[in-house]
Amino acid sequence: MAVTNLCSLVNIWFFNVITSFTAVAVLVTLVNSPTVNAAVLTSDQADVLYHSYEGGGMKIDGPAILLRKKASESLAVSAYYYVDTISSASVDVLSTASPYTEERQELQLGLEYLHDKTIMAVNIRQSDEDDYLANSFNVNVSHDTFGDLTNLNLGLAVSDNEIKRNGDELFLETSRQYRVSAGISQILTRNLSINVDVEGVADEGYLNNPYRTVRYLDANIPAGFGYQAEIYPNTRNSFSTKFSASYYLPYRAALFFHYRYFSDSWEIHANDVEFNYRHPIAKVVELEFKVRYYQQTQANFYNDLFPYKDAQNYLARDKELSDFDDLTIGIGVTYLIPAKYNVSDWRSELSLQWDHITFNYNNFKDATADVAVGDEPLYEFSTDVIRAFFSVYF
Amino acid sequence: MIKEPLHKTSRRCAIYLGCTALLLTFSGCAQLSIKPWVKPYERQNLADPIMQSNRHAIANMHVAHVYEARESSRGSEGGGGGGCGCN
Repeated sequence: MAVTNLCSLVNIWFFNVITSFTAVAVLVTLVNSPTVNAAVLTSDQADVLYHSYEGGGMKIDGPAILLRKKASESLAVSAYYYVDTISSASVDVLSTASPYTEERQELQLGLEYLHDKTIMAVNIRQSDEDDYLANSFNVNVSHDTFGDLTNLNLGLAVSDNEIKRNGDELFLETSRQYRVSAGISQILTRNLSINVDVEGVADEGYLNNPYRTVRYLDANIPAGFGYQAEIYPNTRNSFSTKFSASYYLPYRAALFFHYRYFSDSWEIHANDVEFNYRHPIAKVVELEFKVRYYQQTQANFYNDLFPYKDAQNYLARDKELSDFDDLTIGIGVTYLIPAKYNVSDWRSELSLQWDHITFNYNNFKDATADVAVGDEPLYEFSTDVIRAFFSVYF
Repeated sequence: MIKEPLHKTSRRCAIYLGCTALLLTFSGCAQLSIKPWVKPYERQNLADPIMQSNRHAIANMHVAHVYEARESSRGSEGGGGGGCGCN
């Protein structure tokens, strides 16, 4: 029964992806027209960033570096290095374990090749932490067409993951992820362009968080409840569609909008909508304001408190799989360093961005509260995310 | 064989109809020989650096990673992913 149901969902997912690909492929054929060459590789650039995330009992920070360099007019290479230093005493950790610290490092290497109006890009990536190793490879092709009013892109990515559990030398699980994406970007007027992007993601293997547990009622335990390990399905298929628009305002400012709809085979449905406003001041400062709202429904095997042990074949109490919403308010400022202070005429900028995110959970309760089981308040928390970075264009 | 829920069937039909309409629209465009209506010399506003949504790529990669670690949604973002950092 469950297998048949899964097959049905996989069929729907494949149908969505194949339909999208067919649409994009036919559009390439139909609207292709000979015009001037406009596709170019992004200019040479180096960025150094410090990031910080603090809230909900977690502190994550570290540096990141991004470097892009053109080897010729048709070939560019890029490298990205990122570090997360994590110190966690989140509500999930405090309810069943002790606070911990760990580090995650990520490295990406990329290659872009421009041929006429087509850019082909390959990228390899590794993310490494004590208990999780992810290796991925992705290929993207984008093509300008219809007088360069239209850009079409297709992408494919595969990721292999190894999951371990600290303190348990014998624990080793694996998972694999496939991503297929397609997008179309269209200039509509001299001030307005829009994008439609779709992406299908298929996971197989061990998809749990090996540390997390679910709660269940048990009158034989003094606390009135016990914990058991989460059990997730071994597959997950999802599909997302995003519509975005960029609009140039007459007094030289920019307005960005996006809406995304997401659904998956675990019956999670999510929506997010975002507005961004970018406003330059006196040619040396750019201000940016952001508002984003996100909402999702819960996975069909999620429960905050199960009625008894082994209540279902799949069990989850991961708050990221619960019914919740979050709101982001963000502000950013970029200082365009005057030419007289630049080295070798290289244009440079200093930027600072701050996001404040508030999470409200609708059926995930704070198990650390000192009240009777089931009477705990709904959990909520807020976090501050800061990015400070220096960019050089050379 | 499990019968597909009604809302999924409706969604499937809507996608079929939407794709068909899209293809017919663009087929029509091709047959009517619609020319690009915004000329290259009219695109200076769109080419302005403040209009680049990915102007700060390194910052956008971090934003995508933060959301993907805290939310179930994934995809159509062009970035993110990677490891956990989620407990």
